[in-house]
Amino acid sequence: MKKKEILVLEDLLGSNKKIANEIRDKLTKKGILTINLMSSPGSGKTTLLESLADCLSPDYKMAVIEGDIETERDAERIRNKGIPAWQITTGGACHLEAKMVGKLFNKIPADLDFLFIENVGNLVCPAGYDLGENIRCVLLSSPEGDDKPKKYPKAFMTSDCLLITKVDLVPPLPFDTEFAIKEAKEINPNLKTFVISALKGTGMDELKEYFVTSLEELRAKHA
Amino acid sequence: MHELSLIANLYEIMEEKAKEQGAKKITFVKLQVGVLSGVVPDFLETAFDIFKNDTMASDATLEIEKVPLKIRCLSCGMEKTSDELIYICFECGSTQIKTLDGTELILEKMDLLI
Repeated sequence: MKKKEILVLEDLLGSNKKIANEIRDKLTKKGILTINLMSSPGSGKTTLLESLADCLSPDYKMAVIEGDIETERDAERIRNKGIPAWQITTGGACHLEAKMVGKLFNKIPADLDFLFIENVGNLVCPAGYDLGENIRCVLLSSPEGDDKPKKYPKAFMTSDCLLITKVDLVPPLPFDTEFAIKEAKEINPNLKTFVISALKGTGMDELKEYFVTSLEELRAKHA
Repeated sequence: MHELSLIANLYEIMEEKAKEQGAKKITFVKLQVGVLSGVVPDFLETAFDIFKNDTMASDATLEIEKVPLKIRCLSCGMEKTSDELIYICFECGSTQIKTLDGTELILEKMDLLI
């Protein structure tokens, strides 16, 4: 046998990026705005989706893909709101990948306005995986602490939008909302920021307006 | 902690390229891993060793080149290479910084036995 050196130069995430681009293309052509929600476990992603279900209906149609390591619990919470939801249980994997979303593609109704993907609760690994979204949102809840952006920079660096959640809990906590936003904007000056409490409804009108405007822009661009 | 799934992708690319060349064995693999890639090189090495049994790469060695962060300030044009994350331009204080290098996760090259 003889030895041969070959130059490959292939991206290990290349196949994920390719599938993600296909998903984005197809959903965009259908006029569906796709939003990937990333955060630590317990920062309020599912509660936010329940609140969005109330805010967006009856004018807009949404559906949800839920990512968790185990159980159908989150999808059931969303279905209880009358919203179609599909659960991906990763069986241990710490993030969703585009091919997992791609497998659900045929179930997604064509007349949808918004498709939300709730990623596995983890502020590290999901940041590396494009799922075909148009908007990536990172959530930071007040009990987590205002120092998180610089400790987990990639999630903030790769996101379009930062949601500071559970602001109704801020008063007794040593959480400085301005500081958290300043730190996140130093990492990514283009981050749009919203300060919300999904339970109390604080900031939900502004967030709805951002999603609706983004949907209109997407449809205008691809009309 | 998603190094195992990345190594599964790596093995798919390695085997496809090796078969294209009609190779029997893969003896050496070199990766470029950026400091901002979000993966831990030590974990990649462990995952690589877990996967290699009973594959074409069962005797292969892995080399990981760590690629430092390279940024350009979009306001003043300063370019800087660093192992640490940079959020603010040292020259003009702007936060409008573009990452040029440091996010790579690339299979650069392999040695094959044909």
